[in-house]
Amino acid sequence: MKENQVPQDDANMLEGKTRDLQYAVDEHGKYTVVKSVGWEPKNIVLQQTWEDIHKRMNHARKLVKKGRYSPLYYHMKKHMMNKRMLGKYAGISVFRVWLHLKPKKYAKLNEKYIQKYKYAFNMKPEEDLNYVDA
Amino acid sequence: MKIDYEHKMAAHCENGAIMSLLNHYGIKLSEAMIFGIGSGIYFSHLPFIKLNGLPLTSFRPWPGSIFKRTSRALGIDIEVNKFRDPVKAMEALDRNIEKGIPTGMVVGVFYLDYFPAPYRFHFNAHNIIATGKESGYYIISDPIMESFERLSYDNLKKVRFAQGLQAPRGKMYFIRSIPRDIDIKVAIIKGIKRTVREMVVLPGPYIGVQGIKYLSKKVRKYPKRFSPGVAMKRLGQIVRMQEEIGTGGAGFRFLFAAFLQESAALLENPKLNELSSQMTGIGDMWRDFAVQAGRIIKERNEMETYDTIADLLIEISEKEKKVYQELADIVRNASTHQP
Repeated sequence: MKENQVPQDDANMLEGKTRDLQYAVDEHGKYTVVKSVGWEPKNIVLQQTWEDIHKRMNHARKLVKKGRYSPLYYHMKKHMMNKRMLGKYAGISVFRVWLHLKPKKYAKLNEKYIQKYKYAFNMKPEEDLNYVDA
Repeated sequence: MKIDYEHKMAAHCENGAIMSLLNHYGIKLSEAMIFGIGSGIYFSHLPFIKLNGLPLTSFRPWPGSIFKRTSRALGIDIEVNKFRDPVKAMEALDRNIEKGIPTGMVVGVFYLDYFPAPYRFHFNAHNIIATGKESGYYIISDPIMESFERLSYDNLKKVRFAQGLQAPRGKMYFIRSIPRDIDIKVAIIKGIKRTVREMVVLPGPYIGVQGIKYLSKKVRKYPKRFSPGVAMKRLGQIVRMQEEIGTGGAGFRFLFAAFLQESAALLENPKLNELSSQMTGIGDMWRDFAVQAGRIIKERNEMETYDTIADLLIEISEKEKKVYQELADIVRNASTHQP
């Protein structure tokens, strides 16, 4: 790749927070570094992944609204976690997480557990865990 | 406490962390040099291991191995700590900062506050360096960011104890001592030898240039074996592993080419310059692969098919094989000249 061929395809994937460092050769064939704001194939596969995650999230929301799962299920999918990972973050056993995904058990959850789940989802203590819209 | 530290940006976080730590102790090595000494080039396609339900294609060695190899090859004494208790992990970090020791940490990026949101997946092998603490905030030198960042105590604790695959468990590392003089030439030859071993010598269909061929065979079958959606997902996964997780495929070829170019001057071997430009060409082909795969995923034209990209992979595999074999000849001769 030549210095002037380094792609600058901005799809706001880096959100202006940083730039990618790319190695390319200058006109004398010597290696140098160029900063890049993005590259299309990379943007495409990132978008593909996020579309997939949003699809799963929307599906989870539907199931929660139907009463099939507790709101935890939605947050779990939104944060791309599985029961095991959620349990690890919250410090709750996988079996308990499995129980709390059931709406009936979830309704009886005490504050201690709720706070643990909020910690796992990086929510502030005053935020509502039941809220699944938006 | 704020350590006088020079922030260094890098293409890959692991190289970058080593580079800037070494720089702090007066050893000026480029990112490419560290990458080459640590044998950063790697390829494996392991269809029986699944990541998010898709076969694992890996363009980088296991996280932490570049680090281990480079420090060993240069004879640098590094202390690595892991913790069970998050509070103790943070205390140990505070003690280090008080003593003025810049400390590297392995963290997960999912909850990393300053990281661009589209890149925040459960990837747990990111490397950052703590270089101070000011009014409750840690000053962080992250090799892929353009300048210093700040992290709160709670956030840093959380990312150091990220969960999931390869949970870092508070892993932190720092340089204890460095040898008086470093024999860079021997380290370069060691690095090249290991690269050759991993890419062409190791047996089996899954690893190295053989693995690229194997992947090509698999990609060719995608449209017959799977529905269009699933085939695209699988292809997307390959490109993602190639370009996203630490600038894998093409980016690594360019880094390696830069390493060969530097080595050519150090070892006074012009043949390496030639191999460097060949490697640049191979990097360009990997970029082509990503572009064409991207077009297939976007369904933008009928020009590219799974067949054409499979052919491209075979061509890459053969060209790379030639480069590694020539490298093997060079290091075989060069090593005899070393004391």
